[in-house]
Amino acid sequence: MYRYDEFDHRFVTDRVNQFRDQAQRRLAGQLTEDEFRPLRLMNGLYLQLHAYMLRIAIPYGTLNSRQMNRLADIAEKWDRGYGHLTTRQNIQFNWIKLEDTADILGSLAEVEMHAIQTSGNCVRNVTTDHWAGAAADELADPRPVAELLRQWSSLHPEFSYLPRKFKIAVTGAPNDRAAVKVHDIGLRMHLNDKNERCWEVIAGGGQGRTPIVGITVRDFLPEAELLAYLEAIMRVYNLYGRRDNKFKARIKILVHELGAEEFKRQVEAEYAKKGYTEVEVDQRELQRITSYFAPPKFANLSKWSPEFEQARLNDPGFARWVKVNVAPHRVQGYSIVNISLKPEGGIPGDITAEQMRVVAELALRFSFDELRVSHHQNLVLPHVERSSLYEIWKVLKSHGLATANLGFLGDIIACPGLDYCALATARSIPIAQGISRRFADIDKQEEIGPLKINISGCINACGHHHVGHIGILGLDKRGEEFYQITLGGSSSESASIGQIIGPGFAAEQVPEAIEKIINRYLELRHDRDETFLAAYRRLGAQPFKEALYASA
Amino acid sequence: MPLLKPDGFVADDWILVGMDDPLPARGDVAVPWGRIARDWETLVKHDGRLGVVFPNSEKIAALGLYLPRLALIVLNFPIFNDGRSFSIARQLRLAGYAGEIRATGHLIPDLLQFMLQVGFDAFDVSERFSLDLWLKSMKRMSLTYQHGLEDRNPTFGAAAVWKARQQPSTISQDQKDAG
Repeated sequence: MYRYDEFDHRFVTDRVNQFRDQAQRRLAGQLTEDEFRPLRLMNGLYLQLHAYMLRIAIPYGTLNSRQMNRLADIAEKWDRGYGHLTTRQNIQFNWIKLEDTADILGSLAEVEMHAIQTSGNCVRNVTTDHWAGAAADELADPRPVAELLRQWSSLHPEFSYLPRKFKIAVTGAPNDRAAVKVHDIGLRMHLNDKNERCWEVIAGGGQGRTPIVGITVRDFLPEAELLAYLEAIMRVYNLYGRRDNKFKARIKILVHELGAEEFKRQVEAEYAKKGYTEVEVDQRELQRITSYFAPPKFANLSKWSPEFEQARLNDPGFARWVKVNVAPHRVQGYSIVNISLKPEGGIPGDITAEQMRVVAELALRFSFDELRVSHHQNLVLPHVERSSLYEIWKVLKSHGLATANLGFLGDIIACPGLDYCALATARSIPIAQGISRRFADIDKQEEIGPLKINISGCINACGHHHVGHIGILGLDKRGEEFYQITLGGSSSESASIGQIIGPGFAAEQVPEAIEKIINRYLELRHDRDETFLAAYRRLGAQPFKEALYASA
Repeated sequence: MPLLKPDGFVADDWILVGMDDPLPARGDVAVPWGRIARDWETLVKHDGRLGVVFPNSEKIAALGLYLPRLALIVLNFPIFNDGRSFSIARQLRLAGYAGEIRATGHLIPDLLQFMLQVGFDAFDVSERFSLDLWLKSMKRMSLTYQHGLEDRNPTFGAAAVWKARQQPSTISQDQKDAG
């Protein structure tokens, strides 16, 4: 994985000192709160309902054991002993003091981490496939380009005061695990007929109040032109994106209001102007970055591991976890281990300091010191020898980390909601917990099959409800929380936006409503191979509407 | 308000006139954008250099043939985080404009380096912040990942990382430290 050189180190250290000075000027009253807010947001510091929240960047979701251990230290020293993994592959701490923040940032800088641009109207943490470098289906590891984008977008002088936040996702695989079609800019790698890497550039996708699948502005952009082309898109957005209404300020609204063709024309006109040589992708720099992502020294392993097979036979709990949470690796004898942070009745994405240390230790011993955060708020050990799986599972199990529900109903995405967030209109966490308890039976979850339930506590959609196969949106109706259900969303390569099924439900009715939808699906599916999403796409909303409302 | 340039505070000799103010007999004048087309015939005959206060809602293409005659373009920040003028300044430099680009309006010291990088080279700074803070803020960050325009301002505080990495002397220094 990427390591800082002297320049990266000095950059984050400068940034910490700059923030320390800004915080002092704020405390001394020299900066107004209105002036300080964008500055602190660009350093990841939010003011939430009860306290400051610090969101720390985990670039493209990759970190090592030392970094994970440092997050555990921060949780214990400056927070309440736990953290929360987000849908942008970041981690946030919810009980932070303003006066501690510069020290926390300093502590992060020591382990090559920062909180730069995890908030604010700027380019946010670049996300990618959490199986990057390990997935069996990938063309190439997308992380060198993600790191290049991280550097290019860090404190970008022209694009730090955009109309609104700006999210970029990158994927190197045909099966899109990075949701590139619902980002401000999504990049998908292709190989041209000379086997050179090119990028499909998708713009104007997004969730929030106005969910839209992005448009492809270029099918095959040569890699060397990537930064210059992104600058052209961003310049058009910075100049002409709406600034009069924050709910209409994302690039998707500009694309929508101009129309796809006019938007493309303006981008191409901007791109055609001279003077872009300074942002041409420097091949030496890209090679330098790429060398950090060279594959680890995989051993020559046999396809068949007797101890693994034996353990699987002897221990049905282990066998189930392997079947559900372990994915094929591109190298023979290795596996990708997915650690579910969605135990029965748990808070999706929450992890204690102790669990962080356990996982860090496992990464160090068994996964070439690498960990990933997925946008499903889970963790990944990307490179594990199959013969180690049983030992890993036993350790995970003893720390409440071996829930075998990856990709199943219990693997719920949820934002922090009204329990923490100043923007929320309703709680998300108790809804996730209620559903999780209702479907606690893992056998039942397995029978239901692949299913994504995504929950957001307001229309900003941090819980990605629009692209949940079942989406749940918490709203406020005259002081009462109620929940709107959408069906049929997906963030995959065949992305779609979920459709509202009908009138909303009170919080306590939601688990039952989900159960009615699920039961109808089980009645109507052809067989177990027809997933909920496939069945919904075949059947449409009507049978589910009937199940929900007919008997009411 | 003091006028700040990359090498320090300077006297401001420009005279800003409104839409319908009479032009002074001589001296450098900057006029509102609406006056450029309307009064061009008079303006080109003026005894002194010419500048314009250009709104952030206009496209620079509108400056068209006027551009070569302009020695100052003033870009306004109605509020400090309205970032349009960053792109306008960059476009002006990319289009080859070499005159002064001055930032005015709601400026805070924390934005100075970004402004220098995109091509601003003069700032109408407010006395709300100490002159010392304004000066220091131009060099707050010692590095930048973006490159291309920082060479315009030799006093700009930050070095371009991607360039520095390719300079052998720096790299060998790095390796020594690492060892």
